[in-house]
Amino acid sequence: MSASFEKGINTFKEQIDAPVATFFSSCVHCGMCAEACPFYTETGDPSRTPITKVEPLRRIWKQEYTLLGRLGKLFGLGKSVTDEMLTEWETLVYDSCTLCGRCSMICPVGNDITYMIRKTREGMALSGHAPEGLIGATTRAITIGSPMGVKLPALEAQIRHVEKELGYTVPVDVEGADYLQLLSSMEIMNFPEFISAIARIFQHAGVSWTISSKAFEATNSGIQIGVSEIAAELVERVVKAATELKVKYVISPECGHAYTAIRWEGPNLIGRPFDFKVVHILELLDELRSAGRLQTSGKESRRLTYHDPCQIARRGGVVQQPRNLLNEVAANFVEMPDAGAMNWCCGAGGGVSANERADELRLKAFKRKKQQLEEVQPEALVSACSNCRIQLEDGLEENEMDISVLSLTEIIAEHLLDRKQQEGQQP
Amino acid sequence: MTEVEFLIWVRGPGFQIATVIFVVGILLRLFEILMMGRKVNLAEPKGSEMAGGMRTIMTRSLHLAATGSSAYSQTAGYIFHIGLFVTILLFAPHILVFQEVFGVKWPSLPTTAIDAITVITIITMFAVLAHRLQNPVIRFLSTFDDYFAWFVTLLPLVTGYLAFHRIGLPAPSLLAIHILSVELLMVVFPFTKLTHAFTLFLARWYNGAISGYRGVES
Repeated sequence: MSASFEKGINTFKEQIDAPVATFFSSCVHCGMCAEACPFYTETGDPSRTPITKVEPLRRIWKQEYTLLGRLGKLFGLGKSVTDEMLTEWETLVYDSCTLCGRCSMICPVGNDITYMIRKTREGMALSGHAPEGLIGATTRAITIGSPMGVKLPALEAQIRHVEKELGYTVPVDVEGADYLQLLSSMEIMNFPEFISAIARIFQHAGVSWTISSKAFEATNSGIQIGVSEIAAELVERVVKAATELKVKYVISPECGHAYTAIRWEGPNLIGRPFDFKVVHILELLDELRSAGRLQTSGKESRRLTYHDPCQIARRGGVVQQPRNLLNEVAANFVEMPDAGAMNWCCGAGGGVSANERADELRLKAFKRKKQQLEEVQPEALVSACSNCRIQLEDGLEENEMDISVLSLTEIIAEHLLDRKQQEGQQP
Repeated sequence: MTEVEFLIWVRGPGFQIATVIFVVGILLRLFEILMMGRKVNLAEPKGSEMAGGMRTIMTRSLHLAATGSSAYSQTAGYIFHIGLFVTILLFAPHILVFQEVFGVKWPSLPTTAIDAITVITIITMFAVLAHRLQNPVIRFLSTFDDYFAWFVTLLPLVTGYLAFHRIGLPAPSLLAIHILSVELLMVVFPFTKLTHAFTLFLARWYNGAISGYRGVES
């Protein structure tokens, strides 16, 4: 990826479409988006107001695509985008935004600000103003196949562990399987229990599935840094594997942006529709549940609450499924205020966790989550995104809060009904 | 030019010029926006764009969830917007103007009610300005356009109030100044943030459509 100021400016221009032009034409500077954003509410810094983050894109729109702006430019009036400006904006566009989408739900004139920040990142990255941490992650994703540098032998080692534990094989490269399961590097390295959990659930429900040795990585640093060309290449790897293995479905794991990347941006990035369907693991689990293929026994007695990962709920439409699933296994489930589509971000999504420079800021943004948790005081916090999970654990530790963080898929796996035992009990 | 000639000019040619600039300006702005187009979405939809778009057009007018500073903006926003609609559309002399232009008429509110609403709206406009100057976020976001738009919106309210009560100048001059202030508003309307009165429907539609496509209510 080569970057230059000129390339960046051209990219900004290419990003502007009718929705962007409408949104900029409609903003009345009311400031209500600030109150929706944890990076503003927890810092009180007005420059972190969501609409401010897209100022470079706005200036380009105004100068290039409005009559008054073009006239102004002719006479040397109006504000232009400069390289210095973009340097200043880098921490606003990347460090102070998780693309969580909460501002887009609040704006009274209806601006989808997140849609514009995502586009702003395209111009920022190609003008050479992306954070080092994200550049590193993206480079590793392209060269090694994983933003964390996880290679196939590491996955194979984890799979061997799981197979030893379970006593049956975890399917890899099985041609003709119905489902291709993707994994995030974090699941492979930090939460291998997830692999064991899906293996047990799919065994229980009789799901025909496989992992691909060629494309197991679900995350997509390309959409976080904002380089569509790279994002498309990462999507192509999955498409190629899915096509070779002739699967009907690709399953996005417990990762927020991975779902957005493959489900919503994927076909648009590669410029053609998929010939397989994409489902989030929670969508599949809920489908299995309603079809009676997923049977559980016993319930968690701890006071549980659920953290909606932004890309899965607000930007992905998977809101009811986790509740249906928790209903099966939780006896004492409580909702946090603003749960569901208006949930507060953990503070580390959208590439913020890959950007070490933003470490202090993301823990500040977590304070909003902390407030939400304090209102319901759960004993355990369930979620469905490994990245949220790491941030939640980090934030809870930092704030000395004694709450366990659990994966929804893993809880379901722990409560699977033992069919053999059940059959043995029947007269 | 006598004051009567001035009045005749603002009611005649002045009003026609302002109307043409207003209509052509708004059409130009809408054309500028729509000609940008947008790419066809190739991802498989989970819900309807149209239903989501239409729903968000409605629901963003019924947002009552804000707290703190946003609650202030929201309450003041409702009051002055409703005040503007009522004073513009339900004052008997205004309805006569609309009848001349569009050929349709509708019932008016009693002038005492309009008078009171005008005062409330003017006070709220000042409360909005005070909030803009005091609130750190809104002050940070504010540009010349925001203050200018505030000023040209306030002007017809104030000049209308003065004309109705015949304060300060002879009646024809007051009326002429009032009409001129409306014409100023119309002329700058398409080229300031006031355009939001038209584009917000599109903005809400796009927002709701983007969410609706993904099966989310926004």
